[in-house]
Amino acid sequence: MYEACQISAKFVCCARRRCATISATLRQVSGTNAFVLEQVEAGMPDDPILRSIDVTIPATGVTVLAGPSGAGKTTLLRLLNRLDDPLSGEIYWKGRPLSDWDPTELRRRVAMVFQRPPLFPGSVYENFQVALPDISNERALHVLEHVGLSADMLDQDATTLSGGEAQRMCVARALLTEPEVLLADEPTAALDSAARHTVEDLGRSLADSGVAVVWVSHDTDQLRRLADHVIVLADGLVRATGTLADLDTSHDSVVRQSVGAA
Amino acid sequence: MTAVLVGIEQGDIGIAGLAASGILVAVAVAISLWRQLGLARSLLWAALRALVQLLLVGWVLQFVVDPDDPLYWSALWIISMVTFAAWTTSRRARDVPNVLALSLVSYLAASVVVLGVLFGFQIYDFEGRTLVPLAGMVIGNSLAATVLVSRQLLIAADEQRDLIEGRLALGLSAADAYKPHLRQALRTALVPQIETTKAVGIVFLPGAMVGLILAGVEPSDAVKVQVSVMYLVLGSVATTTAVMSLGISRELFTPAQQLRRITRQSDS
Repeated sequence: MYEACQISAKFVCCARRRCATISATLRQVSGTNAFVLEQVEAGMPDDPILRSIDVTIPATGVTVLAGPSGAGKTTLLRLLNRLDDPLSGEIYWKGRPLSDWDPTELRRRVAMVFQRPPLFPGSVYENFQVALPDISNERALHVLEHVGLSADMLDQDATTLSGGEAQRMCVARALLTEPEVLLADEPTAALDSAARHTVEDLGRSLADSGVAVVWVSHDTDQLRRLADHVIVLADGLVRATGTLADLDTSHDSVVRQSVGAA
Repeated sequence: MTAVLVGIEQGDIGIAGLAASGILVAVAVAISLWRQLGLARSLLWAALRALVQLLLVGWVLQFVVDPDDPLYWSALWIISMVTFAAWTTSRRARDVPNVLALSLVSYLAASVVVLGVLFGFQIYDFEGRTLVPLAGMVIGNSLAATVLVSRQLLIAADEQRDLIEGRLALGLSAADAYKPHLRQALRTALVPQIETTKAVGIVFLPGAMVGLILAGVEPSDAVKVQVSVMYLVLGSVATTTAVMSLGISRELFTPAQQLRRITRQSDS
């Protein structure tokens, strides 16, 4: 009886160790830069918005977080650069738990742009200096050009920029920290059609140049123009993940509606 | 200081004088009634309260400032003032996390710094007669500015959350992300005091100096006391608001440099 118990204990112990090893291996094989979320719960403790999320966010291309309002898209995005922490569960990036990263270093490598672009007082150049205090004029002009803004805007008061210009300026400012990932929280929600397309093109060109983009969107047309990969959230849970082609054939009406399937 | 104190003893206006000065309260009440301001009761109540409170304080102070009494009575008095000021601040800025402890530390810090300078450099003699009134000036004059800076910081954390998180998202530390708001709040709290200090003697004659002159003290001596009091107030306001604002800015962020969500119940 004692021997049987010993064998049983050894088996459980080995099984646990194996599980941990498999989990670690999964985090590695799913891409060195990928975000891996395990059993993540987030929001208010008495009323969590995200409930037990298990998902991998790819490290390349544009991943669009879709789903109905209140599904937890923004909540999920804010976890990825530790503007918020989960209530429980663990998030890994580059195989390391986010809680092990220095938040300031993490945020420079995982940049974020918001729905309402935060414009700091002063000129565009002074806004750039917040991200990079010793930025050269040449570098500032280069990054402006990168996002399709004209050089003479450098000395312009940031608060006088149009919605589209302000959002592109914020992307430029975020790029100054040379991030590997750009999180975009409905960056075009407040823009007109022309400005929306310009910012989308910018997102696409960034993804093509190797910056992984995680983009929250309500707009199914935009999703279909941009997404290499889609994660559909509903009621605080991951409803589906995959490419557009995968999700277009889903039998789940919420998923089909979220991706604008015909 | 001896000349000053002798002068005060000479300046007794007597009960009749005190009662006569009440005519001015009657003038204020009359104006309120005439213009239908509805403030007559408040004016009377305020005047009566001030009279009773100050008579009480004066009565207790005569024991505390007695040169034969040990200084621990003065120390006890100061601790009571600090505690009451901290409690008042916590009531007026109740949404600030950990506000009571922060206020206590702020008022204590200001008391130590300012009184340390005043007594350390022997500007005043270290005795109950000077210790208690000076501590009262430190704490009393810092209260409004401390409440103001606390509220300003909380409003900034709530209403300018997007700017603060915008800076955090660029990899700035919590201290750097909040610095512009901290600076603005401190300026808002300190500028009125600086303006008052600049205008003194030109726009108005401060109460302490007027009191000393009325009590028979030489104006040149009264000026010296008043200037040291003005500097005391500046130093006190700067110290309490600085300590309070640094404390609040630490409370507003988590160790992971995240801006906490603060619920503002009211600004009243």
